[in-house]
This record gives sequence, C-alpha cells and structure tokens, in this order.
Amino acid sequence: MIQPAKPELVTVNIDGKEIAVPKGTNVIEAARMVNVDVPHYCYHPKLAVVGNCRMCLIEMGMPAVDPATKAPVIDPATGKQKINWIPRPQIGCGTNVSPGLHVKTTSPMVKDAREGVMEFLLINHPLDCPICDQAGECKLQEQATGYGRGYSRFVEQKNVKPKRTQLGPRVTLDDERCVLCSRCIRFSRDIAGKDVLGFVDRGSYSTLTCHPDKKLDHNYSLNTVDICPVGALTSTDFRFKMRVWFLKQTNTIDTESSVGVNTVAWSREGVLYRITPRQNDEVNDTWMADSGRVLYKQVAAADRLKSSDTVNILVTKAAEFFKSGSVAVVGSGRSSVEEQFLTKKLAAALKVSVSLVSRTAPGDKLLISADRNPNIRGALVTGLISELPSAQLTGLAADIDAGKVKTVVSVGEDLAAAGLTAAQLAKVSIVYLGTHANATSAAAKVVIPTLTVFEKAGTFVNQQFRIQKFAKAVPGLAGAYDDLVVLSKLTVAAGGASAADEINALWTAIAAEVPALSAMLYKNIPETGLLLDGTAWAGLPFAEGETLHYKPAATI
Amino acid sequence: MAVIQVERKPLTFAERTYIPQIIGGLWVTLKHFFQPTVTLQYPEQRPEIPKGYRGVPTLVKDPNGREKCVSCQLCEFVCPPKAIRITPGEISAESDNAHVEKGPQAFDIDMLRCIYCGLCQEVCPEEAIFLQNQFSMSGYTRAEMVNNKERLYELGGTLPDEHLKWDKKKTAEEHGNAH
Repeated sequence: MIQPAKPELVTVNIDGKEIAVPKGTNVIEAARMVNVDVPHYCYHPKLAVVGNCRMCLIEMGMPAVDPATKAPVIDPATGKQKINWIPRPQIGCGTNVSPGLHVKTTSPMVKDAREGVMEFLLINHPLDCPICDQAGECKLQEQATGYGRGYSRFVEQKNVKPKRTQLGPRVTLDDERCVLCSRCIRFSRDIAGKDVLGFVDRGSYSTLTCHPDKKLDHNYSLNTVDICPVGALTSTDFRFKMRVWFLKQTNTIDTESSVGVNTVAWSREGVLYRITPRQNDEVNDTWMADSGRVLYKQVAAADRLKSSDTVNILVTKAAEFFKSGSVAVVGSGRSSVEEQFLTKKLAAALKVSVSLVSRTAPGDKLLISADRNPNIRGALVTGLISELPSAQLTGLAADIDAGKVKTVVSVGEDLAAAGLTAAQLAKVSIVYLGTHANATSAAAKVVIPTLTVFEKAGTFVNQQFRIQKFAKAVPGLAGAYDDLVVLSKLTVAAGGASAADEINALWTAIAAEVPALSAMLYKNIPETGLLLDGTAWAGLPFAEGETLHYKPAATI
Repeated sequence: MAVIQVERKPLTFAERTYIPQIIGGLWVTLKHFFQPTVTLQYPEQRPEIPKGYRGVPTLVKDPNGREKCVSCQLCEFVCPPKAIRITPGEISAESDNAHVEKGPQAFDIDMLRCIYCGLCQEVCPEEAIFLQNQFSMSGYTRAEMVNNKERLYELGGTLPDEHLKWDKKKTAEEHGNAH
C-alpha cells in the first residue's frame, strides 16, 4: 500500500503548549489541535479565507534574533530565547503557522479585541433571539455569552434593513441579523459555482442581496443556511418549525445518489424536522444538496403503505404464491447491504436469480452522481448481482410473456417504472415490499409495508466503495415492518434457513459469508465509513462521472 | 427499655361534675359572637391573594391587544414536569403584528402536570406568561384540565407593558433609515 506523503511539520507554541502542525495550517486550525477555541465568524475550514469579521484576533510573536549576527537573543531573566511580540493583534484565520511562532489567545489584548469586535457586531444586531431560528446554534449568541458586555452602550437607533427577503425558493434572508461574514457569498461562488450573492451599500448599511435578475435557486442553496453563523439565512422549510435544542440528531446517509452524502436527521418525539449535512472530508466535506434535505417528508407522506395484518399473516399469504414455483425476485439498489444480503438468501431459497433496476440521470459533478441508486455497489459486494443492472427489466418482461414466471417478489422496486406493462403486471402474482403506494403496489396480490431509510438502521456502499452506516432516527410507522424481519421471514417461508433479523446479529453472518466484509461488524464501522477493496469490480462500466472527492476509474 | 409508670391523678369533685368545663366552652363560643368573623363564605367569597402568589399559569396580551408570546419555547424547555406544549407558527404578512413574525399556533398547558413552580414566568423573555391569582382548577375529564391557548388568554387578560419592544421595532421599520 502506498503511504500518503508525510506533510512537512512546523512546531508552534500556542498558549504555552508546543505542537507540531502541517505547514500551511492557519492559527485557528492549529489552536483547535491543542483544544484551544479561537472564536470566528467568517472563517470556514472549507472556504477561502477573507478575514473580514476580525473576531479571531490573536496576539503573536516570533523568537528574537540579532539583526546583525542572526544569533538568537536570549532573555537573561528566563535563560530562553526572547519572543518579540507584535504590539497589535493579528487575525488567526489569515495567519499561517511558521517555525517557532508563538501565539497567545487568552492575553488581555486578545480579550479586549474580542470584546471590542463583539460590541460592534451587536450594535445593529436585533434582539430577537426568542423568534430567531438560529438561537441555540448561533455563533453570535455563543460568543456574546463569552465576550459580550451584557448591556448596550449604544443609545442611537438601530439600523433597519430588509427582513423576510426571499433569496430563492428555499432560503429566507433577514438582513438585520447579518454580520457580513460573506461565507454564503464565497460558498455560492466557489463551491456551488453560481455567483449569485453579494453585498450592496457601504458601512453599516451593507446589505446582502442577490445580484440583479438572479436568485439563490441552485440545488446547494441551503448550505448557505448551514454555514451562516447567525440567523440571517434561514431555511424556508424549517423556519419557525421547532427550536433546535429539542431536536435529537441521528447520523444518516443521503439516498439520492451513489455519492452517499453523510447527513444528520433532526427529530423530536419521532417526528423529523430537517436534514443537514455531516462533515466527512472524504465524501461530502460539509455540504449536501437541497434535494436531499426534503427526503424526510417521505416518512409522513400520505401515500405510505401500511397494513392492519401482522407480518406473519402477510408472509403466509406471500408464501402461498411461492408454492407454485416460477418465482422471480427483483432486488433493489436502494436497499441496504443487509437487505440485499437477505434478498440473496431469499433468492437462494427460491432457487432463482435476482434482477436489479438501474436508475441513472445526469450528475451535477458535485454531490449528486449519475447513479441514483445509493447502493448498487452493495449488491455487488454482497454478491446479489455480478453485472451492473439495466434500467429496464426486459428479461423479466420476456419471461412473463413466455409464462415462465408466475410470481414476482419486488423488494421496493416499482416494476411499472422499470418497464413492465400493466398487462404483464396483471399476468403475474406480485408480492411487493415497499414504503409508498405506486402502480406495483396497486397491482400486487400481497403488499408488505416496509420502512423508510429514517426508520431503520443499515449500511450503504457508495461510489468509492466506502461502506457507510445509517442509524434509526425515528420509530417505524405502525403497520409497516422492518425490511430485515420481512425478508428473513419470507426466506424461511420459501424453505430457506432462518437468518437473523436484527442488524448486529445479522452482521456476524454477513462477515462470515461475504469476503469483502469479513472481519467487520456493524457496530465497528466508523461514522465516516470504511473504504472497501473494490478492485474486483473495477472493470465494470459504472455510470458515475466525476464528483467531489471522486474520480471514475479510467475506462479500459 | 424501661417502662415508666405515670401516675394518673384522680379527678376533683368540680371536674367530675363537668360543669366548669361546659361553662368554659360556652364562654369561648359567646366571646366569638362579639369578635370580627374570619370565615369566608367560599366560593361566593374569595380570599385576597397576596402579591407574588403563584397561581395557574396564564398568557397575557399587551395593552394594544397583541399576544405577547412569540413561541420561543423556552418555557416548554424549562418546564420541569413537561406540562407545556407549544406549536410554533408564522404570523401572516397581512396581520398587524407581521413584524413580530412568530407566534404560537397552539399553546397547551396540562394542569394535571403543572407544579406551579413559576419557572416559565421566570424564563419568559417576552413577559408573556404569568402565574396569576387563579388557584382553583377542576374538571371532569383529563382533556378539560389542559388549558389551550384561548383559555390561557381568557385567564390571563391584559398586563401593562413598560417596554413595548415590538411597537418600537414597528415604528423604526416604518420610519426606516435615511441614508
């Protein structure tokens, strides 16, 4: 294995603590490594440094050398090299470390500077924390607790700026709250590649707006809401819905495409309120697409499938159709690795092969790839399929027409969307495992309602062959059953050996049977995922183009 | 444990007749005929509630009739027995109070859970919730014991407001910044 190049290290001294950090690190990041917090607004680790908020002011100095001889100047009092402290504060975000750099983050000068910056920021900031959605996760609120004076010396009228400006279809702007950090401008320009935001007017009248005739309507607009350190940019969807301190955070994975964006689902008492990105420097940095943030709505959608029968009754009904033989199984690239493993068991018990449906659409070169199935590689890894699936189930359609197939078990795939005609659907008995009503569930003889990704735990293998786990955010809908339980019961009903239907127990079986996943357990997979060896499938013509942190292998 | 034998004194003749005791009792009764009454004819008569009394929590309006609560949910957060339940909502742009932006869609206080601790009043940044003088809550069903928003405003009424923060905000907004 090729070792990554070792970065050149530079030793710096932060608040008396020596630490070696990679060259090019700025003082905020270096301080973070020794658990020293340097407050900041405009600085964001994934964005360009502008240094306009002045909150990260620190005191710095360099070891003194004699200008003529270049010999170190020794302080007679301590017997150590003297430090020449710069007599005014410097910004931490724009200062890169250099050998021997000394930094003070707690000196009276730094404290004064921070308090001064805070006072200026709070001059025009409205006192509407009670109605502000950012309250609880607001950097200004946090720093005001640390460095604010607690009362205002400002007797003049506060600035009036536009409130409730619709910047785009999903983002609402309250300009009075804006601290002019320009994070949103830099994100839109540099990361999303859509230069739509900018400041107009000067001084305290500076106002964030869209450029004339433009809207903040690209598919990454809600990231500006995430990175806004105050409550200026708010999500129109989440606005005034719930205070963030009530919400429970659960790590999940975006199912939009094979990028596998790491996300957090925010819920309270079993109700999902929003989805935000979770930092994973190997996959999505700190970003995600807007389209992935509305997926939580599928949980409480009106067309959710549910059944008043118990799972055993439903499975018994389904097993009636297995008896006559001639069964076909349609798996899904949307199922988790565990479900695909059990789908394979089910197909083995029925002694049939499994077909999958591919789902492709042009990628956006950022965080949505061309393959809109989150887990096609999971199906390859578990051995459910060995070739990439096609978009249409032409083979199955031909078999139905020829009368070779009498029963179709579909694990969450809409067969009508996959190219089967209504006549073909009517010709066979369909056992449909799914979450939402569609043409297939309407035509199905047995519908077994299952859970959405937010209601169950599992793993997906993304385009990099990184296995990433998601946890259960909310309890499952009443009348819908865990996919693992359903598949495991169906396997038994089809005459197969019983498999575990609980994820941790199932993983012992997966680790034992799937070579690529051996020596791995669900609970041992780190939150940022684990890279699998995908060389065995490197020759397959995957649909993905280049996205953030992913380059497709050169086609041979 | 040692047992102490207490000697019971024999009753005197006067005590054995009971007459002095009866006369003593009648004398106390007679005395009270001429003293001011302390008994209240509850519920027709109600006691005077001391200042700072923590009665049933209520929502209040400001002198202009604006509901003061902005549904920040701090009371819901601080409430030790989790008696408060708020559904926040946006104030429509057509409303006179559109500048406040946020108000409660629903506000329920479960009086079966409330322990009258007053933390909600203490935490409220908008001075919208007060534990007032109402001390008796009763009902025939559990649902009746949950005070909804309407009932809370009915109980709360209007309180004088010294700050009128939102009115000032509205004036500033209408006045605007000349530059």
